[in-house]
Amino acid sequence: MSEHKMNRAQVVAMPTDASNRDSPEMPSSMTEPGHIEQQDNRLAIVGAWTLPHYAALRLELDRSPRREMTAAAIDLTELGALDTAGAALLAELVGAQWLAEIDDRAPELPATRRALLRTLGEAMADNPPPTVRPGRPLWDTLARIGQLVEGIWQQQRQLLGFIGQVLAALVATGWRPGRWRLTSMVAQLHQTGLNALPIVALLTFLVGAVVAFLGATVLRDFGATLYTVNLVAFAFLREFGVLLAAILLAGRTASAFTAQIGAMKANEELDAVRTLGLDPIELLVLPRVLAMMLSLPILTFVGMLSGILGGALVCLQALDISLIQFLAILQRDIPLNHFLVGLAKAPLFAFLIAVIGCLEGFKVSGSAQSVGEHTTSSVVQSIFVVILLDAVAALFFMEMGW
Amino acid sequence: MSASREPLIRVRGLANRFGQHSVHENLDLDLYPGEILGVVGGSGTGKSVLLRSIVGLLRPSAGRIEVFGEDLPQLPARDRSRVERRFGVLFQRGALFTSLTLQENVALPLIEHAGLPRADAEALARVKLALAGLPGEVAILYPAELSGGMIKRAALARALALDPEVLFLDEPTAGLDPIGAAAFDRLILTLRDALGLSVFLVTHDLDTLYAACDRVAVLSRRRVRVADRLDIVAATDDEWIHDYFHGPRGRAAYRAAHPEESP
Repeated sequence: MSEHKMNRAQVVAMPTDASNRDSPEMPSSMTEPGHIEQQDNRLAIVGAWTLPHYAALRLELDRSPRREMTAAAIDLTELGALDTAGAALLAELVGAQWLAEIDDRAPELPATRRALLRTLGEAMADNPPPTVRPGRPLWDTLARIGQLVEGIWQQQRQLLGFIGQVLAALVATGWRPGRWRLTSMVAQLHQTGLNALPIVALLTFLVGAVVAFLGATVLRDFGATLYTVNLVAFAFLREFGVLLAAILLAGRTASAFTAQIGAMKANEELDAVRTLGLDPIELLVLPRVLAMMLSLPILTFVGMLSGILGGALVCLQALDISLIQFLAILQRDIPLNHFLVGLAKAPLFAFLIAVIGCLEGFKVSGSAQSVGEHTTSSVVQSIFVVILLDAVAALFFMEMGW
Repeated sequence: MSASREPLIRVRGLANRFGQHSVHENLDLDLYPGEILGVVGGSGTGKSVLLRSIVGLLRPSAGRIEVFGEDLPQLPARDRSRVERRFGVLFQRGALFTSLTLQENVALPLIEHAGLPRADAEALARVKLALAGLPGEVAILYPAELSGGMIKRAALARALALDPEVLFLDEPTAGLDPIGAAAFDRLILTLRDALGLSVFLVTHDLDTLYAACDRVAVLSRRRVRVADRLDIVAATDDEWIHDYFHGPRGRAAYRAAHPEESP
């Protein structure tokens, strides 16, 4: 052994119980990156075997050929700092069983060092890594498609079943005013209706202005700019008022319902409700559904007014149609049934948005990812349903001549 | 646990107030290298708040918290992250990331902070899980598929991921069956001896106090009433401490820890 090596051995031969880790006060031989030295027929484990040197150590380990090692051939006395990461690498080198028997193999090591190696060796011995099933790309893809299709079918079934449950609960509590959850419903009304009012008004106002601009541009070529008034009124009374309000509530409220009920589910609050002999549908879903069915028609009405106001403002500014004239045309050309057709859709949309939001909340399982997935799903589903139904309703009303 | 050594964590004059409500006033506490410090106190005495302010999750209203000789709340964010990496925290309910498997949970800090390649990090994560007493086959399960005791062990493995110097445990044995709780106490002791950890242990479990703790700090009336060896603490003249250690459960735990003295 060279003199240089002797010096290092002396430094390392007196590890204290603080030597388990790499700290700045240690002598450099303790913190120098660890490596393996082969001398004659023994392996010396030298330097710091710690997490910061993991990459270098892993390289060293991969480079050194897997030798058939006898227990006597390994020398740990020159080992510097050591932590669990280094010890795990050592276990790979010499085998977990060897480390588990460290008290017999290397009794000259300090007790704390042996305790670490022994604990880790014992933990790793007889602990095979988990078996991961190898992936089969084609098969897995097919299975995934099948699962998705099955999922869509199940979702529709669940939605229909849930709608039935909600209607049944509605009928059961409807004629017993003692079981109406008025406080809860008013609170929901506040959140879904009143708080959404400004954003609905602003959005429909802007869209109304845009529609008026479009109308003005297209109708100018025919010299019929006056019909911009009819266009705006038609669009907002029949379609846009209810559609924009419903889409906004689908994004704003369906997601809130899902997240609220989902968090309650994850926290076992729904189970608690059931074990207290209460019905979660009556307690949580009905107030939300009813509040939604009340607030969406109101929001729709506000949306219609605000959209027409936006249109009127554009007419005033760009087409020189005064407000008086605008109102006169409205009164002359637009019969009441357009307003009723638009408003009649609101409760149905509201019911579906609320039911979808609540149902997705009930489907949440414990994980954070699940809350995210179902919140997304509830927004996408409710917007989809709203637009689909609106298209169907437009066809229906047109055929009926309403 | 010798008092002559420099403390790793030195809390001086700590105050935590939430609006009108004051949880801590002028609280002092030390944690020495290599010791297991049990922190006890009645419900609402701010044990978890104390833990949260030491690890930097809560900014104290007043006072100094020196960790490894540095005043943690005053440090800039980057230095704080460096110091916080020397902590391992086990939260009361595990706080495992539910969208990751167990081995991914433990591998995350290894990949992010130690820069290990994913395969190495996951192999090392399985070692830590084994160290925390979890069999290899559960490493690829998600937290939702585990029992409460396994979640506690997995959370311990994650707390140990970066080989911390100080381990903070918030009620580690709460919700475990007595056998599991005793095994957890032994595990903490083994890991302390093997890794040279210092442990800050918030608990209600009297058996844990007797089995694992070197010193016990009692929180009462917004400060640390006493912090010393268990026998000295138990002999302190204070109504709450007397009721705590000499009530029926306290006596049972004492007898369990000192079988030779039982009649």
